[in-house]
Amino acid sequence: MLLSEIPVSGPWGERHLLGLEHLSADQLKTVLDLAKYYDTITNGGSQRLDVLKGLVVANLFFENSTRTRTSFSLAARRLGADTVDFTASSSSLSKGETFIDTAQTIEAMGVDLVVCRHRTPGSPHLLARNLKAGVLNAGDGTHEHPTQGLLDIYTILKQRGQIAGLTVALVGDIRHSRVARSNIHGLKALGARVIVCGPATLIPSDITRLGVEVAYNLDEILPEVDCVNLLRVQFERQRGAFFPSISEYAHLFGMNGDRIRRARKNLLVLAPGPINRGVELTPEVADGPNSLILNQVTNGLLIRMACLTLLAQERRHDQEAN
Amino acid sequence: MSSLVISGGRVIDPANSLDAIADVLILDGKIAAVTRRDAGFAPLDVPHGIPVIEATGRIVCPGFIDPHVSLREPGFEEDECTATGTAAALAGGFTTIAAQSDTYPVVDHRAAAEFIRLQADRARNCRVYPLGAVTKESKGEELAEIGQLVQGGAVGFSDAKRPVANAEVMRRALEYTRMFNRPILHFAMVPELSDGGVMHEGFEATRLGFRGIPAAAQDIMTGRDIALAELTGGRIHLMCVTTMDSVERIRKAKSLGISVTADVTPHHLLLTDEVMRSFETMYKCNPPLRSQEHVDALIAGLQDGTLSAISSDHQPLALEKKQVDMDTAPFGICGIETLLPVCIRALIEPGHLTWLQLIARLTTGPAAILSVNHGTLSVGQPADVTVIDPAKTWTVRAHEFYSRSRNTPFEGAKFTGKVVTTIVDGEIRFQNNRQPIPD
Repeated sequence: MLLSEIPVSGPWGERHLLGLEHLSADQLKTVLDLAKYYDTITNGGSQRLDVLKGLVVANLFFENSTRTRTSFSLAARRLGADTVDFTASSSSLSKGETFIDTAQTIEAMGVDLVVCRHRTPGSPHLLARNLKAGVLNAGDGTHEHPTQGLLDIYTILKQRGQIAGLTVALVGDIRHSRVARSNIHGLKALGARVIVCGPATLIPSDITRLGVEVAYNLDEILPEVDCVNLLRVQFERQRGAFFPSISEYAHLFGMNGDRIRRARKNLLVLAPGPINRGVELTPEVADGPNSLILNQVTNGLLIRMACLTLLAQERRHDQEAN
Repeated sequence: MSSLVISGGRVIDPANSLDAIADVLILDGKIAAVTRRDAGFAPLDVPHGIPVIEATGRIVCPGFIDPHVSLREPGFEEDECTATGTAAALAGGFTTIAAQSDTYPVVDHRAAAEFIRLQADRARNCRVYPLGAVTKESKGEELAEIGQLVQGGAVGFSDAKRPVANAEVMRRALEYTRMFNRPILHFAMVPELSDGGVMHEGFEATRLGFRGIPAAAQDIMTGRDIALAELTGGRIHLMCVTTMDSVERIRKAKSLGISVTADVTPHHLLLTDEVMRSFETMYKCNPPLRSQEHVDALIAGLQDGTLSAISSDHQPLALEKKQVDMDTAPFGICGIETLLPVCIRALIEPGHLTWLQLIARLTTGPAAILSVNHGTLSVGQPADVTVIDPAKTWTVRAHEFYSRSRNTPFEGAKFTGKVVTTIVDGEIRFQNNRQPIPD
């Protein structure tokens, strides 16, 4: 199957995928539809295609990640692309210009798409300004993580058939979460009601301007929500203590069996992972029937295949135009 | 010695409340006469053979004074040196600057202050007065040798961008400097609240995921400094005020007769934190660009004189230092050459300030802060004069800067108003007749 034969259901037109904030509902649906298409024709992503044959996808990870990097690598290979991995330890990043230099060096080797993760917001945007290759943001600091947002949305969509009208609670460390920001933008664009819930120290007060509601009491909102997305406590991004103890956090905001029993019966439980068992959720919940944690991982592959395909098509158009 | 006539310009001299078409006669490097052309005034009797600068349609005013400019020499010559920084100052219309102490080594001893004056003499551009450090190595722990720094020419004391966080140390510094009647130029910021931040804390920082620097970090320290100035009777000058509440605290303190002054930078008057959406490191400065409500308060503070000076807060940085990610990039804007047009855009064009008010914030205001005897066209004063073409439109091209650095957020911006001639001691030290430099 050729790249040009892949059915695209709606508008796209983006050379880079840097975040969900500036994407329209129609563009989001285009990605979600394509993920669904791949879900069908590859039997959940297990079958290989060759639509990206001859393209090179570089994974440029300036921040540690095994899960996301592996998912992107696998997605690229399932589509027949060649992949190169570049990982840099955070320490070598103190000289930041090596970041642009490295990217330009890799591009000079003929890379078509760059998947970038960096600890600083805006770094993929900086790359996008300096490279001809398409840039895919795989997480920039505490800003955005668009493919995670899309895969969370796709996971909910697959269970419920639509996003509009649902109430989704993002629980935990909102302040330091790129996953929260991408989820908010995507879910709001598609018509969901979004509640952010967590310790007041981890919820910036002006977050309401993004169109979300703020709650500090998980038990109060639980009966209203269709889905909880349990964000990981970002111990590594926090300066000092934002809450008194882990056990107090788990007590107030952890998802446990009692809370599951008080929630709606078919509550969807998402967690972007890696999860801290006993903190954001208990093993009973993580491994229970409401948990979609492993579905998220599988869906991540499909979403990344869809995003790589759309950016590859734009890249192809660019090259043909020149 | 230098003699000149500046003929037919709009002469604005806030010290003498003058804003009229007039001729300025300079004899032997000093102002000899300022003669109005209105009816009822006798015309200037120009001595024979003195060169004439035709200034019709131009603004003629005292040379500008910047209370804190980072010249980066010694120690950071990759960013700037005294010769380039003072050339940039002249191009910006400045005839007097106070040089920040944030060199390496820090200007915390007399020899370092003398070196700055020596390099300024060698460069022979604008006047340069050193600022001495408040504390040794600007660490905020022990007082620097303030008395000997005064003997070395320091007109004021500052730890540049490093706040004197310890209130007891600041108290002693204010008491000690009182002896010499010198101000402390303080960067009021609570480090525990600002550390790690890269932009204004608010909605824009929330959506962009950047760590914020809350307005309260400046407000709290401003309040502390005012209380200490009141306690000690020392002179405190607050650099780079950026917040609504700080302006209000300073306004109140001044009305109570406390010895506090304050300045603001042009970029904090023209830009807001919304520009950070571009993820452009050229906008990263300290204090950060704030939101519109703060900008409005700063303008009000300039209007009523709560903020009596505008400083470029010139922070030249070698380009490669800025070509990195936002968290890694250092704070600072290379601003002295674009100060005037940015002020015109932010203050004159919208009608917030009159020309007389703007020139006052660039001359008499900073002169009073530093207690230097410049910034007027009074007869007998050294002839430091700036001539402005207020109608000239031009585009900022950083590679044409006289500064060694190019870290401007205004690259490619079109402005109206430019300095055309800068005169120090009656000598033309800058003339805007340079041909455009190709990219």
